[in-house]
Amino acid sequence: MCQRNQHIFLIATFMALFFTTSAYSQESTDAVAKGLEIVTELKRRDTGWGDSQSTLKMILRNTAGQESTREIRAKTLEVQGDGDKSLNIFDHPRDVKGTAFLSFSHPVGADDQWLYLPALKRVKRIASRNKSGPFMGSEFAYEDLASFEVEKYTYKYLREEPCKGGTCYVVEQYPVDPYSGYTRLLTWIDTSEYRNWKTEFYDRRDSLLKTLTVTEYKQYLDKYWRAQGMEMVNHQTKKTTTLAWTDYQFQTGLTDEDFNQNTLKRAK
Amino acid sequence: MLYSRAAFVGICVLFYSQLTYSVELSGKLDLEVRYYFDEGQYREQDYHWNNSLTLEPEFYWNWNDRNDSLVIKPFGRIDQRDDERSHGDIREFSWVHVNGKWEWRTGIRKVFWGVTEFVHLVDVINQTDAVDAFDGEKKLGQPMINLSYVSDVGIFDAFALIGFRERTFAGEEGRLRSGILVDANRTTYEASEEEKHIDYALRWYYSVGFFDLGAYVFHGTDREPILQARLVDGDLTLIPYYQQVSQVGLDIQATVGSWLLKFEALNKDSDLDNYLASQLGFEYTFYGINQSAKDIGVLLEYGWDERDEDASSISQNDIYLGARLTFNDVNDTTLLMGVSYDADYYTKSFLIEASRRLNDHWTISIEGLFFDASNTSDPVFAVREDDHIQLTLERYF
Repeated sequence: MCQRNQHIFLIATFMALFFTTSAYSQESTDAVAKGLEIVTELKRRDTGWGDSQSTLKMILRNTAGQESTREIRAKTLEVQGDGDKSLNIFDHPRDVKGTAFLSFSHPVGADDQWLYLPALKRVKRIASRNKSGPFMGSEFAYEDLASFEVEKYTYKYLREEPCKGGTCYVVEQYPVDPYSGYTRLLTWIDTSEYRNWKTEFYDRRDSLLKTLTVTEYKQYLDKYWRAQGMEMVNHQTKKTTTLAWTDYQFQTGLTDEDFNQNTLKRAK
Repeated sequence: MLYSRAAFVGICVLFYSQLTYSVELSGKLDLEVRYYFDEGQYREQDYHWNNSLTLEPEFYWNWNDRNDSLVIKPFGRIDQRDDERSHGDIREFSWVHVNGKWEWRTGIRKVFWGVTEFVHLVDVINQTDAVDAFDGEKKLGQPMINLSYVSDVGIFDAFALIGFRERTFAGEEGRLRSGILVDANRTTYEASEEEKHIDYALRWYYSVGFFDLGAYVFHGTDREPILQARLVDGDLTLIPYYQQVSQVGLDIQATVGSWLLKFEALNKDSDLDNYLASQLGFEYTFYGINQSAKDIGVLLEYGWDERDEDASSISQNDIYLGARLTFNDVNDTTLLMGVSYDADYYTKSFLIEASRRLNDHWTISIEGLFFDASNTSDPVFAVREDDHIQLTLERYF
């Protein structure tokens, strides 16, 4: 009797396991598809803006409360079928004033990057593998500030929950690039306008490294949303970096001609 | 004199223009303290300490929706010991006009060509301000008209270099110089126009995939003088002689993953000589060492000159090894160490450079240069007693 019950129990367990596993994998495939669908929609809504110019102020704070400021003017050109082209000009701190950075980003593979050093009048092609390194000593890595391309990650939709932008999809992103500093990112994207309100970054050991929150969004050309303020908190070092964008302008007439080694040298 | 008058006129123009346009003023002031470990081997070099101060303001002005701009950048140094090192220059006084793919650049400018780190073989437009920095990275402003065109197959630059700048040399009280003094007042030229000879250059630069390619031709007065020993008033003196040369140069960098592969080559043809020279090597960077933000770059280069020991260059058969540590911190701390080894003369040099930002206005840097030379034929032998360490405070405004 006892023996027989045990058999039934085992069979039931196996059957239960079989059904739950297949149900789980079905759900998992759906979650991957839905994740990709959400970010594809996000990217679709952010297509067609042409070009933009803005000024970025970064404030770096350490645990003692000491602050350090960086100011950058950015010119960006949307490139159909490829990553954006950008020209960044450093105004502050004073010792890097006049330094400029030209980048042709690509959805897959290494970006092409050149740095202009004004004291030597030298344009240097630089390696772009250093995605995980800090940008100007801040809590932002180069990859955190790169243009968003769908191909750079794989996705999994997790759930919906209330967030700063109303209701958000919570989507997990896995970097495709083996040189990324992260194993995964958790992102909160609102369901009405597809704006990213919050990102959690998990380091290579999969422990929570940083949290990025967007404080304010503003809409341009009645269509495109741009963050006006962001804060990055590093949970491991307790340092923070805040970003504030001003003077956003769209469709300023920038073309391919504005992004080459000559424009880099005279950027100022 | 001509330059200082030009600067004065320029500054007056700027003050007038300020009524309608705003001028951006920036620049830097450097305080240098240098300590030589030994007294020098020549007369008047019997000291250890030397202080120096430099000022380099920059006036920048743009109009016509930034399609026109003017830069004026005077430079001045006051040196405690060396009257030749106390000098001034107009580093830039240049008007740039942009029209789509075309760019006109007129005036006194500085142009850099090349990809390698230890030697800048193909960088020939500007004269070296040799008295200002031993590494040759300081340059004198070059008057020019430069037309630049951006095409689908690269950037083309045509230069007319109007007037020649003589190289600067240390005076008797200066260190890091040859044993015999150079008398630049007796400079001679191959060209009958002397320093008024107009030189021409044409350069092509193209970036395709992994590669950044540059090639140029230059025709005119050689930037590098031939130093001829003469008896002047009973003293042995070196007199600079500038010959006419035709030069072809090539520079290539391949950027692949963490590798930067670099190659520069030059052919120089004159009445006296026709030779090839090259500088090649790589830089490999280890990113985020030990899970930190720090990067270490390893550099290896080799310099070669067809003339072997007869070469005027000190990089005729030399190996360079360097390590660059970048902290990627808030203060932009960097450290560079390098050694060079001359395989003909067995001379070794050691270099260290470190710098760090102190705050929004100040940075500090330390440089050290040490020589181990025992072969009297090597030009480096003349500076073997000039090992030094220098502390520089830089104020940016």
